[in-house]
This record gives sequence, C-alpha cells and structure tokens, in this order.
Amino acid sequence: MANPFDVIVIGGGHNGLINAAYLARARKKVMVLERRHLVGGAAVTEEIFPGYKFSEFSYVVSLLRPEIIRELELAKHGLEILPLPSTFTPTLDHDYIAFWDDHDETRREIYRHSPHDADAYDDYGFQMYQMAKAIRPILSMIPPDPAALSFTELRRLLQLGQFARSLPEKTIYQLYKLMTMSAADFLDEWFDCVPLKGTKTASGIIGTFMGPRSPGTAYVLLHHYMGEIDGAFRAWGFAKGGTGGVSEAIASSARALGVEIRLSAPVSRVIVRNGRAVGVALENGDDLYADTIVSSLDPKRTFLKLVDEKELPDDFVDSIRRFKTRGSSGKVNLALSELPRFAAFESLVRHNDSAAPMRALRGAVSISPSIEYIERAFDDAKYGNFSQRPYMDMIIPSLIDPQMAPPGKHVMSIFVQYAPYNLNGGWNDARREAFGDAVINTLAEFAPNIKSAILHRQVLTPWDVEEITGLTEGNIFAGELALHQLFFLRPAPRWGSYRTPLRHFYQCGSGTHPGGGIMGAGGRLAALEILKDEK
Amino acid sequence: MLRHTPFHSRTAPLCEGQNWRRWAGYLAAGSYELTHEREYWAIRNAAALLDVTPLYKYVVQGPDAARVLNHIMTRDIAKCAVGQVMYTPWCDDDGKVLDDGTVHRRAEDLFFVTSADPNYLWFCENAQGMRVTIEDVSDATAALSLQGPNSRKILNRLAAGILDGLGYFRTTPMQLRELPTVISRTGYTGDLGYEIWTENQYAEPLWDALMQAGEDYGITPMGILALDVARIEAGLILIETDYTSARRARIEGQKSSPYEINLGWTVNLDKGNFIGKRALAQHKKRGSDWQFVGLDVDWVALENVYAQEGLHPAVAGPAWRQSTPVYADDKWVGYGSSGCWSPILKKYIVLAHIQAPYNEIGTNLNLEVTVEHKRKQAAATVVKTPFYDPARKKK
Repeated sequence: MANPFDVIVIGGGHNGLINAAYLARARKKVMVLERRHLVGGAAVTEEIFPGYKFSEFSYVVSLLRPEIIRELELAKHGLEILPLPSTFTPTLDHDYIAFWDDHDETRREIYRHSPHDADAYDDYGFQMYQMAKAIRPILSMIPPDPAALSFTELRRLLQLGQFARSLPEKTIYQLYKLMTMSAADFLDEWFDCVPLKGTKTASGIIGTFMGPRSPGTAYVLLHHYMGEIDGAFRAWGFAKGGTGGVSEAIASSARALGVEIRLSAPVSRVIVRNGRAVGVALENGDDLYADTIVSSLDPKRTFLKLVDEKELPDDFVDSIRRFKTRGSSGKVNLALSELPRFAAFESLVRHNDSAAPMRALRGAVSISPSIEYIERAFDDAKYGNFSQRPYMDMIIPSLIDPQMAPPGKHVMSIFVQYAPYNLNGGWNDARREAFGDAVINTLAEFAPNIKSAILHRQVLTPWDVEEITGLTEGNIFAGELALHQLFFLRPAPRWGSYRTPLRHFYQCGSGTHPGGGIMGAGGRLAALEILKDEK
Repeated sequence: MLRHTPFHSRTAPLCEGQNWRRWAGYLAAGSYELTHEREYWAIRNAAALLDVTPLYKYVVQGPDAARVLNHIMTRDIAKCAVGQVMYTPWCDDDGKVLDDGTVHRRAEDLFFVTSADPNYLWFCENAQGMRVTIEDVSDATAALSLQGPNSRKILNRLAAGILDGLGYFRTTPMQLRELPTVISRTGYTGDLGYEIWTENQYAEPLWDALMQAGEDYGITPMGILALDVARIEAGLILIETDYTSARRARIEGQKSSPYEINLGWTVNLDKGNFIGKRALAQHKKRGSDWQFVGLDVDWVALENVYAQEGLHPAVAGPAWRQSTPVYADDKWVGYGSSGCWSPILKKYIVLAHIQAPYNEIGTNLNLEVTVEHKRKQAAATVVKTPFYDPARKKK
C-alpha cells in the first residue's frame, strides 16, 4: 500500500516548517511531527506570566532569507518584522555609546569618544559591506565539497571562485583576516573606543563557547552587514507578536500548501531498513511511514538519538560526536511594572535630548562596556562557572509591539552569555536562581530601578533550553558557529549537502549550512536537494 | 508665511528632523523622526496621530443642503443617513473630476464636507437660489487623524460614549474628556482609524489628551511621508499626484473621468440630475481606455536589473510621486503615478494608469526603473487594489 505521506519532517521549528512548505509547494504530501504543543522550536512566543508574552528563546529575527519570505508569501500569512533601529551601550562610569539608525547621529556619538574612530567607522562599514556582499550568496548556495571531484562540486567551487574574484584585492586580504582573527584583534586594528569595541565584539561571540580574544570570532561581525543588504526585506528586527509570530506565519503558509502539522507527537526513532529510512516510530507507539524522512533536529539528536548507531558509518558517528554543541548562553525574561531607568540616561539626555532615552529603549540595549568585560565574563565560563557579570543583549518587545504586555506594563528579553551547559556541579533550581540573581544584580549596576520593577522573572539556563526545545546542550545555533563547523563541514565532512549516510534520510536544521539564527536557509536548501534527488 | 496649525505648539517640538512640508498653505510635518519608518509601523501595528487640519472643510446647512450636495456630488447623497459619511468625487459638466473628499451627514439638514482643494466658490455657485448656507470652516476647525489597530482603545479611554458602536464611515459627536468633538471613522490609511474634528480652541488639550491616553498603546505622531506609504498600500488616490483636477489641467488629456481613476463605483447615474451626469452616462457607455490599477513589481526582475550594475535594489524609503513609464513589450501603455516599497507586504508596489487592453488583472507589463543613470525595465503584474486591506478596518 502506498504511504499516505511522501515526506515526514521531524521537528516543527522554523527550518522544519520551511522545509515542509517547500516540499508541499512541489506537490509532495508532507507531515510535520512536533514534540511540543506549539510550533516554532526555539522560535516561540509563550504567555509565561498572565498578560505578558515572552519571546522565550530566540528574540530577534536575523537574516531570514528574502527568497523565503517571498516564495512562501510570509507577509500574506502574517509575518511583520518591526524595526529595532538602535543599540545603546551603557558603561560602568554611567556614560554610554549609542548606534542610531541615522548615520550622522551615530558618527557624532562615536566622535564624542574618539574623532579617529568616527572616521574609521565609515571606512570599516564600507569594507564590511563589500565583504558581506561577496559572502552573502553563500547563504543561499549548497556548500561544495572541495575533496569530492565530481563535476557538480567543481562547478559549485568555480561559482564560489567567481564571487571572490569580483572583490578588490584589499577586500580579499581583509576577508582572510576576518576568517582567521579574533574579533578583538580585528577591531583593535580599526578602533580605539572601548565601549564601541566591546559592543561590536559581542556579535562575534554570541552562541559560541569562545571569548572575544578567541581566534575565529571575527567573521561573525559580517552578519550585521549582510542584514543591511537585505534592507528592504528587513532581515533584522523584531517579529510582531514575538518570535513565535515568525513560526506561526511559516506554519500558516505550510498549512495553506497542504502540509499536515501534528503537535504533541514526539518521535522516538527513525525506522531504517537496509540502509534506507522508511518511517518514524512515535513515542506513543505509532509507526508512520513515508518515502522520505527529514530531520530538522540538531545533528547530535538526529544521528545519536533518533538513529541506531549501527546503521551509520563509524567515522560519521565519530564526526557527529565531535560536533561541538557547547551551550554557552541563557535567557532571562522579565515582566516589568515600569521601564528600566539607566544611570547613563543623564549623559544620554545631555548629549541628545529628553526623548533620547525612549529612543534608546526601543532598540537593543547591550551590556558590553569593553572587550575586557566580556573576556572576563568568558573567563568564568572557561572554568565551568556562569559569568558573575555577564554580557547581555536586551530588548523591550512591549515598546516595539504594544500587544506583548498589558497597557503601561512591559516585557524585557535578556540574552545572557556566558552560562555553560556543563556547569561545575551541574544545574539545579538553586543554581538557576543564582544565575538569575547574577543577571539582575549586574543589570542593577546599570539600571538601579530594575529590581523593584520586576513583576515576574523567568530564568532559562542551557539545561532548560535543552529540556524545553530539545537543542543538545542548549546550543542556540544547534551546533556552534565556529569556522571548523561551517559550510561543507556542517555538520560533518562529506555530509554538508543535507544528505546523510542513510538513503532517503535528510537533515535540514540549523545544524546544517548555513545554520544559526532564524535564517531558514537550511530548511529551504534541503528541500531543493531532496527534490533534485528525486529526478 | 506658511500658516501654523492650531497643534503647532505641540507638533513643532516633536519634529526632530525639522522635516516640514507644505500642505494647503500650512506647515505639515513630513516625519517627526529622522526617518518615517517607525511612524509607518505605528499605523499598522499600534496607533499614529496625524495633524490633518490643512484639509479644506465646509459646513453646508439648510433645508436644501442634501439637494445641493446631491447635485454636486456623483454619489447619491440623499441616501447618506444621519451619522453616515460618504467618500465621493465631484465633476465638472464634462464629467471630469474636480476634487474628491468626504461628506458627513451630521443632522438631517447639516453636512460637513472635506476636500483637498478650495471649493467654496464651486459649492456656492451651485447652491444659488437654494435654502442653504455654506460656511468655510477650514481655518476654524482643527482636525486630527488617529489611525491604527490601537486607535479605538485609545479613544475609548477618553470617550464619554464608547467608540465600539461606531461603524466604518460613520460619524458621531463625542465628548473626549471635557472636549467637544465630532469623530468620524474615516482616514486615509486603509486601516482601523478615526478622524477627530473640533474647534481650534480645543486643539492643544485634544492633542495632549490623545498623546497621554495613547502612551501605553504605542501612540506615535506621524507625518505625511508615512501616510503616503500607507495610502498607496490602501490603493487610495491622491489629487495632483495620481490625477489632475479638471480645474488645473492644462490640456484635455490631463483630465480624468471617475471611470478612469477607479472611482466608477461612486457614480450613481440612477439618481436625479447632477453636475456631469450626461457626460458620465456617455463615458460609461463608451467605456474608458484608461484604468487606474495596481502594479506588483517582480522582485527577482528588479534584483536582476540592479545586478546588471553590480548593485542590490535600493527601494526602501519614502514613496515616489514622479510619473514613470510602463511598457508592454516595447510599447508605451501607461505610467505609474506613485509607488513605494511596502514594508508590510514586502513588495514593491505602484499605482498606475494603464491603457486598455493592458489593464486587465494579471497582465504582464514592464515598469521603467533607473539604475546608475540608465533606463531599464523590470517586470510587473497588474493587480487589484487595495494592495493591503486588513479585516480590522471595517470590524
């Protein structure tokens, strides 16, 4: 008897849903199986405290591919990405640096700290833009395998070479530096201003188990500039209704294309026969069969938990075991009775106007006063502790989308790094609260009213992230975004093209190229490869 | 000197970028912030407050008021119930559009009329011998437009009555705190929204009350740049941009009948005689060569056109208002009159005048795009307007 479904996608996160939608668009009958009661994976909005909606895990949309927005008609299905126009970094001496969406305003803020940096910032931006322009096509291409000598792979390599060839010589050298240096060293070549460098390096370490002085952290600096190229589509911003709004839009599009999404349906294993995936076994005892099985879960969960190791080549299993998924960050979500008042606001008003604090709060607030501050935060984690004074990236969604909290009240999302998954002594309730206290105490140094404003606090450690979303070790990118785990090496050598050692079994999550953030590229590219194999 | 509206003491300090525009002899904020983007999103996602005082406003009163207006307007004003508002154009004897605006029936024999251009003389001339008085209240009436999904919640905070009962295109007198106003559920954004009319003396406290009540709902002062994007998404026509008033047209070809600018639905040929009726009946019978339609510009085509010069499409920003040629293959078949990147639809959209037979929905055309000083063409499809039409607008 023919299977009722052509494809079963395991996991209803954004990549799983995108993958399913693209397959359905090619007239496949697709079912998505989601373990939880709601779609989204790590991109969910939940009303944790009555009336207050939290973007529980992932909190901004970054680099969601414009072709996905367009091809899946996500705007029609309710996707709205609202601007997050600025970044405000208070410093410990109650000064600040701010990056506004107006170029001249930002220049003036930097000039106040360093006239040299104000000019360098323009040159830096120009260089980064040029490089981002060259790198950007990689986000939408299947990684070529340089070791494989097939015609297809060579053609892809050639394409890559053409991108690089179009760059001026100077940009190529910069690109090489960017790929090999630490974010701190790279920025030291350009800037003097301490909080500027602190804030810029922060983007290089998010989601990694590295510090700003660790080599290989520089290239992530490019991501911001890639977002700029997609400017009109607003690849960087806050989704209306929280991050779950993105998942809901994708799910709505998928359903409209005929995808069946089954919630509260955890998969226990992939059924394999003669080296071919033929179906999945659910935890409730049901077996479901389909011609093709796709996993959107992270590589470790996919290959070490869902599939019997005996079915896979040893070297592949070894590679997956070595795939680094060290969780390094946590999340603190707050319900607030009033907005935080940063001590630096006095200086902000003096250098701008009385409206500036509200403008600052409508953007991101970054606790990254210096590279040293972040490196010290990393030092704690290196030895198995959470940072006593962590790096934090905060947004106040209720100021951007008023429906996130009751009128006059607010929600605040705090991304916190570092919080190692393998904490000395392990995580427990007391350690979780101690971590939460460290976050609030640090924040109170910058915004003294924060403690009295808190109505409810949700603290999520990497352990909690793993428990709730299933991401191994709570790694937010489903595998660290380190150079040795990118492109044709993501997640394992020879298997960077969404295929797996098992026939009819594919992977499409953030653990595949290009990975990380709410990009969705993995889900889309995997679908295109699956369809190609069918021909 | 350009006049200040009665809200100027409030709007001027907020106009951070000093981005002032001219509107009917008044200073009007283009955008309050340095870009209009957040103001745009307030319309679609929270609430935006726009000073619309520069509109021309008339009170038409008397036993013959309905008859007079019905003689001027193309819609059947006799059918306009007390408490109802009708959007309508009005034409000259040749059936060519002079202006468009709203007619609010505030009482059996009391109408309030808004327009884009001055119409006092036109209305008076067409009321001669009738039992009616026409008063130009343009400068005496302050007006604010509160638009967006949270607009009703904000007004409910202030209203003695509850706004929930006020239907789409309905109007009612309403005490906002202690301020006497008239509210109409109208606007120029294609979203849930209201316009609030009051005497100048209440302008400042009205602004303050709305801003205060709206704070928790994300109220944002909005300039006309954000409005322009929203009205294009809503497919709403703008005089002197999308059509030329028959009063100002230098040549016959610049004039438009309502049928040519997608306003055929406003022409009621079954009612009694009215200005332009005979010509309009002929227009209708003959059919019109021109249609006012939407164009959805193909993004991949646009990317390709820019890529020829090594660039990425640069389309975000304010709406444009230059006439832009549209082709079918290499034949000129019409022109876009305004267009913009729609942030909510994530599409590049254009309002365009296209000749038959190229104005059928689904027709593939080409829009001229200038990239690096070179004229190029990007594929575009004729689509229905409005481009954006949220259910909450009428709910």
